[in-house]
Amino acid sequence: MWLNRDIVSIGDLSVDEIMEVIDRANEMLPYASSGHPKSPLANKIVATLFYEPSTRTRLSFESAAMRLGAKVLGFGSLEATSVAKGETLSDTIRIVNSYSDAIVLRHPSEGAARLASEFADVPVINAGDGAGQHPTQTILDIFTIWKESGPVNGKSIGFVGDLKYGRTVHSLSKALSLFDVSLYFISPDELKIPKHIKKDIEKRVAVKETKSLDDVISDLDVLYVTRIQKERFPDIEEYKKVAGVYVIRPSLISRGRKNLIVMHPLPRVDEIPPEIDNLPQAKYFKQASYGVPVRMAILDLILRGE
Amino acid sequence: MTEEKMLKVEKIRRGTVIDHIPVGRSFQVLKILNISSDPGITVSIAIHVKSKKMGLKDVVKIEDRILDSSELNKIALIAEGATITIVEDYEVIKKFVVVLPDIITGILKCSNGRCISNMENSVKPSFTLLSKNPLTIKCHYCEREMETDEIFGSIT
Repeated sequence: MWLNRDIVSIGDLSVDEIMEVIDRANEMLPYASSGHPKSPLANKIVATLFYEPSTRTRLSFESAAMRLGAKVLGFGSLEATSVAKGETLSDTIRIVNSYSDAIVLRHPSEGAARLASEFADVPVINAGDGAGQHPTQTILDIFTIWKESGPVNGKSIGFVGDLKYGRTVHSLSKALSLFDVSLYFISPDELKIPKHIKKDIEKRVAVKETKSLDDVISDLDVLYVTRIQKERFPDIEEYKKVAGVYVIRPSLISRGRKNLIVMHPLPRVDEIPPEIDNLPQAKYFKQASYGVPVRMAILDLILRGE
Repeated sequence: MTEEKMLKVEKIRRGTVIDHIPVGRSFQVLKILNISSDPGITVSIAIHVKSKKMGLKDVVKIEDRILDSSELNKIALIAEGATITIVEDYEVIKKFVVVLPDIITGILKCSNGRCISNMENSVKPSFTLLSKNPLTIKCHYCEREMETDEIFGSIT
């Protein structure tokens, strides 16, 4: 089932499969900081091809591979590669296919990982393709909810900020709609969740859309915060006005449920001020740290198949 | 013989008749067949033709041209359910209904400018049919969902 499987889009995985990854990630948790004592992926080589810069994703994939005993090769910038000489993605993938046992790909073009999976015999893991899919981020987000807030079913989960352009929100809300949850979309009018995504999600779960975080904060078990980007607004004053409304203040958190958790895909800017960091509700650094066990779980599943 | 039958086959010696085109779509059919660039071809268009099955429909007759499979696939995209009649020497030699396949390949490009299928020459764009009404397809690569107008604008 898992052996040699490509992980391209979260839509390729069923709820049971997502939960299987989550269970495995939980088993990996003790080894995520100290290394797996059995080095189950010794003799395996994982290639990380990053056509775009990324800190957390690339380092956590490489850390995950090494914690399981695998070796890592690849690139994080294009300057010294054949890509800089104009090589196509399909050619690069054909070559790297023979150098490695799995390929982790980050690429600016949407669908790049799907294409790569068609040219590679070894499994391809999508580590983000432009504004498209980033399935391991989605799984680590679900893992964080499960680990920090308990079973996903029954939860009320609110997304706040830029819901229009934020790909993490699109993938995660779609994946969560496969569970028994209630979803809240909280954003200014300019940055509402795209209609086609909302329409699809509404087929399966209850959805509430609002501009006011204050109105719904007490209903939420999970608050997933995203950054509102300046570039989305032609007028900087308009940006400041809008962004200011969605800053997460301690007073807001205090009106939430006692067991509320606050998540963020990071990097954050001003939307979560530092005074939130030490509150028990703040889970975003924990969330980032779960990148390693979740990616260990995925590498282990697709490279060993068990 | 009814007027409808005459429109379909009577006056054509050799060529293709495309019947049961959803009303208003005949101009799109002509566009994708690139008819205007070939002055040697005689084309007759009937629009707003009464039809028992459809209420109103369009009909296109193209003389001296037999459509290939790629063209037929494009017609299926624009006018699913259209009836194609191929005529040689005033005889109907083939008559069939075009049906949209579940996987659509090679006749349109993805409308997403950032899709890898628009970047790499080796990639053949491919789409999954999600719904016929409203017409909705999904790019195999970037997963962008496209609806009618976007699809018509992306036919190659």
